[in-house]
This record gives sequence, C-alpha cells and structure tokens, in this order.
Amino acid sequence: MSAASRTAWPRRSSGVNLPPFQRVLDEHRDDVHRFLMATAGPNEADDAFQETFIAALRAYPRLRPDSNVRGWLLTIAHRKAIDAHRARGRRAVPVAEMDRGGAEDPGLRGAGEQPELWARVRALPEKQRAAVVLRYVADLSHAEAAEVIGCSEAAARRSLHEALTKLRKDETP
Amino acid sequence: MIPDDLERALARTAPDPDPEAAAAATRRAAERAGASGAADVAYAIEPSPLGDLLVATTQRGLVGIYYEDAGTLETLLDRLAGRLSPRVVEAPARVDPVRRELDEYFAGTRTKFDLPLDWSLTEGFTRRVLKATARIPYGGASTYREMASRAGSERAARAAGNALGANPIPIVVPCHRVLRTGGALGGYGGGVQRKRFLLELEDAKTR
Repeated sequence: MSAASRTAWPRRSSGVNLPPFQRVLDEHRDDVHRFLMATAGPNEADDAFQETFIAALRAYPRLRPDSNVRGWLLTIAHRKAIDAHRARGRRAVPVAEMDRGGAEDPGLRGAGEQPELWARVRALPEKQRAAVVLRYVADLSHAEAAEVIGCSEAAARRSLHEALTKLRKDETP
Repeated sequence: MIPDDLERALARTAPDPDPEAAAAATRRAAERAGASGAADVAYAIEPSPLGDLLVATTQRGLVGIYYEDAGTLETLLDRLAGRLSPRVVEAPARVDPVRRELDEYFAGTRTKFDLPLDWSLTEGFTRRVLKATARIPYGGASTYREMASRAGSERAARAAGNALGANPIPIVVPCHRVLRTGGALGGYGGGVQRKRFLLELEDAKTR
C-alpha cells in the first residue's frame, strides 16, 4: 500500500463496517443456489436466485454486522422460493410433470439417483418442503431452520416429521 | 433418532452444489443490480498498459481508479464499502463507458475524457485542487504552486502536492500533469514511472 493511497481515504470513525456485498455473495452463492435448486427446482432456481440477490442487496445496509449472514440469505431465498412456487401454481403446471424431465434437466445432475424423490419433496406443502431442504441440503439444525422458516423450533420439527411421514406413505416399493 | 432409508436417501441424493451455475447466476444478478441502480457502487478490473486498474462508479459517475499496487482488492473494496455504501457489486457492463474511454486514451486517440465524475471521495481543499487539475489540457502541464493558487491558497504548494497524491481518480483527473516549478517531475501516487509513462504518451501524441 503506497503512502498516497493511504491518504486517499479520509479516516472514518472506527465503527464496524459491513463488507462489500459482492464478497458476502461470493462466499454464500453456492449454498443459496443449491438451496434454491432443491426447493424451487431447476426451472425456477435461476429466477429465484436473481430475486434473492436483489432483495438481499436492497436490505443489506440494514443488516447488523454480527448477523448470521448465511441464515439471513437463506431466509430471503426461502421467501423467494415460495413466491416462485406460488407463481408456478397459478400457471397450473403440475409440479411432478415439470420436474420429471430427467436427462434434459441439467439441474438435476446432483439428484441423478432419485430425481422423483426430490420432485416429490418439491410437491410438499411450503413448510414441510422447507423443513426437508433446510435439513438435508442446507444442513441446518431444527433451531436454525425454524429461524429461516419463521416459526418455532417445535413447529419446524413437526413440519419435518410430517414431511417424512408423507414421503414414506407415497413411496412406491 | 436413527435415520431410516428415506432419510439416508435424502441426505445422499441432495442436489450437489453447482459452483459454475451459481457463479453465472451471480454475474447476471450483479449486472442487473448495476444496471437498475440497486447497487450503489459498481466495479470492474480493467487491464491497461499501467497494469490492472480497479475502476469504481456510482450512480453519479466515475468515483475511483486504483492501480493494482494501491492495495489488495479486498482492502480497496472494504474502503469503498465503508466510505460510500456497502452495496458494492462487480458489474463490468456498468463500467464499460469508462473502460472504453481509457482504452482510447491509452491508444492515443482520446485527448479528453467525457465521463461524469463523482467527487464523493474528496473534500475541501483537496477537492478544489483536483477540480483545478481536471482542467489542465491534454499534453499540458502545470505546477503545484499554480494548483494551490487556483484552490485559493497560493502558499499551500505542499498541501496541493498531498492533495494530488490523494487523487482517487488518477489518469482521468490528470494529476500527472502537475510538475514542480522549474519542470522537475515531482511525485505521483501511482509511482513516478507511471507519471513519466503518461507524460510521454501525451507528449508523443501532441508533438
């Protein structure tokens, strides 16, 4: 660092500043994208990611510097996934049908073994779907998942339980 | 709770991260944020004959140009976030007009920059000195004393030198055109060899 560039920046009070948004995003984009792939599906993930990015950018200056940034981003992504899901519902395209693209769905590579299982996850009611994805994709605890969904820990636990029960019941032998 | 087959299947077959797709989606979103004005600061790294430049713009205009040895990208972006706004994104398309004019300048085909400037990173005497500097024409030269005088304090030649060393928009605000009384090169925030390069570039084109 040259002397000149040091003086280029009038000093500021030593309050903790938020890092540049780009860095926060670069750090968490894989997690956010993966979460959206699982919960919104490959066809909706990109749009939901764009919406998440813009909403997070707008709200970012109000974020407390000591916040759990990953949880904050997943909370926004969760809401955008719900929006995408509802929009898709209004277009009345059966979820399972859209997702059974298999080979032509590049986004399902990771779930290659069980694309139907994840299509069924995406067909679950909102809270149950979120509980499954936050647990098995984002690897969150019940407490962390509860915070993202915006419910109590007990409710998050219950949603996951209901989801697993439903997935078991639907399972074809 | 002991995981059963279903739970094991969910854990094992969860979609893998796709870093390439995530990076591409991030780039698209950042460009959109830059274009729509949702980002307060857009930046890009632009190659130049003087090394890579970090170029930063705001809604108002060009706010900063940093030589690659002015600090790590991380510290420079930290400072932009602290001084201007934490809404900082990498949006090369937003920075395109600056890149185009810099390319033309280095190719010798542009003798005047036509870019709106954002002076937010300067204040007081420094800003007045830099605004006076911005009016020195291509291929021309002035002195620290002259700049001090135009900024309102004839005797503050040394302070004018400091102000020029703190120029956040070098090249475009041509602090390289300010010399010592008598013609000696003087100092330069980006190093004297860069100052010489810029003066020789302009000299060759105006001869």
